[in-house]
Amino acid sequence: MKEVELNTTTINFGPQHPAAHGVLRLVVELEGEVVQRAEPHIGLLHRGTEKLIEYKTYLQAVPYFDRLDYVSPMCQEHAFALATENLLGINVPERAKYIRVIFAEITRILNHLLNIPAYAADIGAVTPFLWCFEEREKLLEFHEAVSGARFHAAYFRPGGVHQDMPEGMEEKLFDHFKTLPKFIDDLESLLTNNRILRQRSVDIGIISKSEAIEWGCSGPVLRSAGVAWDLRRSQPYDAYDQVDFEVPVGKKGDCFDRYLVRIEEMRQSISIINQCLNKIKPGPISIEDNKITPPKRNQMKKSMEALIHHFKLFTEGYRVPAGQVYSAVEAPKGEFGVYLVSDGSSKPYRCKIRAPGFAHLQTLDHLSKGHLMADIAAILGSLDIVFGEIDR
Amino acid sequence: MIKILTKIDGINDVLENNNLLEIEFEKHNIIKIFTELKDNNEFNFNQLLDITAVDYPSREFRFDLIYILQSLTKNKKIILKTFIKENENIESITNIHKSADWYERECYDLFGIEFINHPDLRRIMTDYNFEGYPLRKDFPLTGHTEVRYDDLEKKVIYEPVKLTQEFRNFDSESPWEGMENKLFGDEKSTGEN
Repeated sequence: MKEVELNTTTINFGPQHPAAHGVLRLVVELEGEVVQRAEPHIGLLHRGTEKLIEYKTYLQAVPYFDRLDYVSPMCQEHAFALATENLLGINVPERAKYIRVIFAEITRILNHLLNIPAYAADIGAVTPFLWCFEEREKLLEFHEAVSGARFHAAYFRPGGVHQDMPEGMEEKLFDHFKTLPKFIDDLESLLTNNRILRQRSVDIGIISKSEAIEWGCSGPVLRSAGVAWDLRRSQPYDAYDQVDFEVPVGKKGDCFDRYLVRIEEMRQSISIINQCLNKIKPGPISIEDNKITPPKRNQMKKSMEALIHHFKLFTEGYRVPAGQVYSAVEAPKGEFGVYLVSDGSSKPYRCKIRAPGFAHLQTLDHLSKGHLMADIAAILGSLDIVFGEIDR
Repeated sequence: MIKILTKIDGINDVLENNNLLEIEFEKHNIIKIFTELKDNNEFNFNQLLDITAVDYPSREFRFDLIYILQSLTKNKKIILKTFIKENENIESITNIHKSADWYERECYDLFGIEFINHPDLRRIMTDYNFEGYPLRKDFPLTGHTEVRYDDLEKKVIYEPVKLTQEFRNFDSESPWEGMENKLFGDEKSTGEN
């Protein structure tokens, strides 16, 4: 019998590794330095969010969504709010829709401002990381101004948003987004034509159009492969049908394309925010049905009815008609969906969260096959992996 | 589209609910239906978004198994639903949709639904050597075991959950119930005078 000598080395990457963007254990089989197989072990951050939500009222479930993909909190609340509103059969006021779009886009910029420099840091550039964190801090101040929290906002609630933007906020936003395009140009001058970044990312981790669809990819990963698919465009929700924007697509579907798509998406987001700021008008910010949204504080000082509503809403919560619904939003990472089943009580019977990163991480084995070990860091960074949403 | 869908064998019911199609099908037709939905150019449901289940412990067919598909060309989403019993298994669709791999593993991990012909049906979300199926309704929210680092043994150990306070689940939907045991002297209040 002929003896075959296997020259593969199996190594453990993570669960604690700076380039793993969280707790990812990767079992990598190498032949020399070439990856033969990369098998992700996930679930190290599994907190049982879906199970916990089954024991909470609809309102109490909102903050769990901030803690999924903790880099882009508001977009996920958005999906849950839309799903609940769909089951309740309600339509939120115009102003709430615009506020939601503005903050969903701020969240998108926040997410990309973290992903792009983190990706750059993975492959050798540290400066953008420091630059972007300063910019992120400025944007987080807007989060804080409307919701009181920088990250765990609980701002988009079924029925509208929690509270109106403070006075003068619109002008402040307008001024800020006048300066941001200049920052993105500066950021690009550091990265886009940088030789090291190009060497490390062009032609790395290529995914074709059909593969991207087949593997369930969405968001920048799908668009970088050349599929012009954006839920904000194809299945518009809230005020996205009122604004004009372009959907950037890539040509090759490699890491570099994914980086470029994200850069362009930030520019489009700024344009969307500016359009919303021009169109937004004063008005109510949540539906005026006290069976679903709590009464205002000053009403509660005077009206017994308001006090009863407030008490019932924060103990029992509101009952949602029985049914099932799947609502999805275009989160910064891709299609973030909530499949919600109600049995007619005030707590969800089942709440399944569809996280884009889960599908993306699944492609890692396919993307990294035949590349060098060092490219795994680049591919992981370009897929925009956050374990809060993958492990749930 | 609904008309053509109802013609496919094994599809029982088609509902349309704001831009979302809902279909119930029999589980033995699964391969045929998913192949048809993917390959037929009338639908082209080529992207599998999610697989999940819903547990109804009191029913004979305990689980609703849910598949969510999307057609990028027709801009449609569809929810497919089938019912399976507790110890039944179902054919895997990994040969039709590659992304079903992890979704089925997740479903197996959290609900204990087995998929036949799945290439690598292992647990995915829960801990190594985990027992039980967490998303079933009869699995307690607090779980069965907890972990801590033991300083003497110098390793992480598993112990049964010890709570300083019992888990309290408030039923706020019916908060005003009368007392059940009568107090001494109560009989006077219901008396004839």
